[in-house]
Amino acid sequence: MCPARAPVRGRGCAREPRAAHRSARLVPYAFMAPAVVLSSLLILLPIAYTIYLSLRRVEVSGLGLGAQGRREFFTGLTNYHAAVTDPELWAGTLRIGVYGLMVVPLMLGLALLFALVLDHHRVRYRNVSRMVIFLPYAVPAVIATLLWGFLYLPEVSPLHQTLAALGLPGVDLMGQRSVFAALTNIAVWGGTGFNMLVLYTALRAVPPDLYEAARIDGASELQMALRIKIPMLTPALIMTALFSMIATLQVFSEPVTLSPLSNAISTTWSPLMKVYRDAFVRDDIHLAAATSVIIAAVTLVLSFAFLRLVQSRAFTQEER
Amino acid sequence: MSTEPATSTEPRRDQHGHRSDHSRRSPRRGRAPLVPTAILLLGTFYCLIPLAWVVMASTKSGSELFTTFTFWPGSGLLENVGELTAHREGLYWRWMANSALYAGLGAFLSALLSCLTGFALAKYRFPGRTALFNILLAGVLVPPIMLAVPQFLLFAEVGLTNSYLSVLLPSVVSPFGIYLARVYAAASVPDSLLEAARTEGAGELRVFWKVALPIMLPGLVTVFLFQFVAIWNNFLLPYILLSDDGKFPVTVGLYTLLNQGASQPVLYTLVITGSLLSVIPLIALFLSLQRFWRIDLLSGAVKS
Repeated sequence: MCPARAPVRGRGCAREPRAAHRSARLVPYAFMAPAVVLSSLLILLPIAYTIYLSLRRVEVSGLGLGAQGRREFFTGLTNYHAAVTDPELWAGTLRIGVYGLMVVPLMLGLALLFALVLDHHRVRYRNVSRMVIFLPYAVPAVIATLLWGFLYLPEVSPLHQTLAALGLPGVDLMGQRSVFAALTNIAVWGGTGFNMLVLYTALRAVPPDLYEAARIDGASELQMALRIKIPMLTPALIMTALFSMIATLQVFSEPVTLSPLSNAISTTWSPLMKVYRDAFVRDDIHLAAATSVIIAAVTLVLSFAFLRLVQSRAFTQEER
Repeated sequence: MSTEPATSTEPRRDQHGHRSDHSRRSPRRGRAPLVPTAILLLGTFYCLIPLAWVVMASTKSGSELFTTFTFWPGSGLLENVGELTAHREGLYWRWMANSALYAGLGAFLSALLSCLTGFALAKYRFPGRTALFNILLAGVLVPPIMLAVPQFLLFAEVGLTNSYLSVLLPSVVSPFGIYLARVYAAASVPDSLLEAARTEGAGELRVFWKVALPIMLPGLVTVFLFQFVAIWNNFLLPYILLSDDGKFPVTVGLYTLLNQGASQPVLYTLVITGSLLSVIPLIALFLSLQRFWRIDLLSGAVKS
């Protein structure tokens, strides 16, 4: 006999619950299998291969012709030594450091400002502006750089046209120094909206009665923003800051795309660009591998703190 | 001047369907505060500058581009689109189709895989669960170039470089998507419902497909959108893996055009028009799917 409840399957009665304990135990592993297999092949294996390559070197004897002319062998940490002693890597790291110190505070400061303003209970044009400020997130970094790059070009830039019309000298937006500002502007334009939305969403999760009490006490919107909202946002701010830092370390598309328009961006402007050049222009895969292991290690160290933070926040809910 | 975009079809509800109470939605109550409103409008204006420029610049012919005032329309939009279409037998539209394929198919598979994996991580207790999750998550932290170079070499080993598959495959595993799906499954799929389905005799896969997946739909859409944007924006991986420009996504294609443009400024017009046309579908996708976009998954502040 069928139970009174509608059977889950469209046909026949519901069967007895399965007593096959062994197969039930395997179910989660079966569910996990596709992701584990794919990420092993596409993430873990490449990582292992990079480390393997970073410990080897090729020696070319004679003219390097034929198979016997090239010999691959283990060299220990020679490649790492070569990577670390290359001043260009440190110059690139310094450039990225400067760029990051410009981008992250400016982008997050603006994101926080917009999020707080959006949360102001009487502000106008909330929906339109929220959408438009988020829109650049949908524009690929390459395209964003193209658009801004043309706006920087003296031949087409409205800034230059305006200055010229006023009889003032033009500014070089793509010089050795100013290129930092040019790249920062592109990153801020592209990233502010996304971070704003993360912070704004966190704000909307705050129970409204928190504000009611403050409002009754006669607190202004500004006071509430400073004393209640910003402290509530601290975890979200730390998270967005770390995400932004990781993204900054890995900047690649923007300087690469801007380089045809500017003389200030060398092929080794950022560490990732140097890895690309070593691997594909100079054909030194082993040095490139060692350099990318170093970059990954630095990223990992920086990210570890972030993971701890996110895990403690996200999985407290799961154990309810 | 008005900064209201014509595309605004904002739903009457808040984006996340959250509470819309305590006068958030009624700007008429009291005067609009001047400074906050001004800040928002300035931000809106700033974000629209390059987009407004590309719309204007796309209407200029090659000669107008360098001679007329920037924010003044030209007379050559249709010609520009025609020239772009004619450029090497419609190569540009091939790039767009490639991007749509990479991003659409990749994001769809990635969303499904993320949901399956996230569901397993959230709803089963099994030995090695935490270890597996951490291994999967570690992928987030690895710089793309560290993966791209060896992926290129490994694909070369199996003769898959310069193939659609080499760009598609790496985009299917999304550690970030798995993380989001796990958070969402934990918050939104009640254990009692799964148990009920099991006592009805449904197999585990069926429980996932028929019970959990429909509940997880908003999470699935969110992962899809994140991944779609990530793949559509991806530059490094296809740039390294592909040599045949018939397989390029639009980002790599436009970059190569710009690179040639440094020596032939006539290509600039094509690059600008191409940029405009490439941005339109993504913005349309955004505006139409905005309501399903659950950013709150990011901060872990999920309300079931």
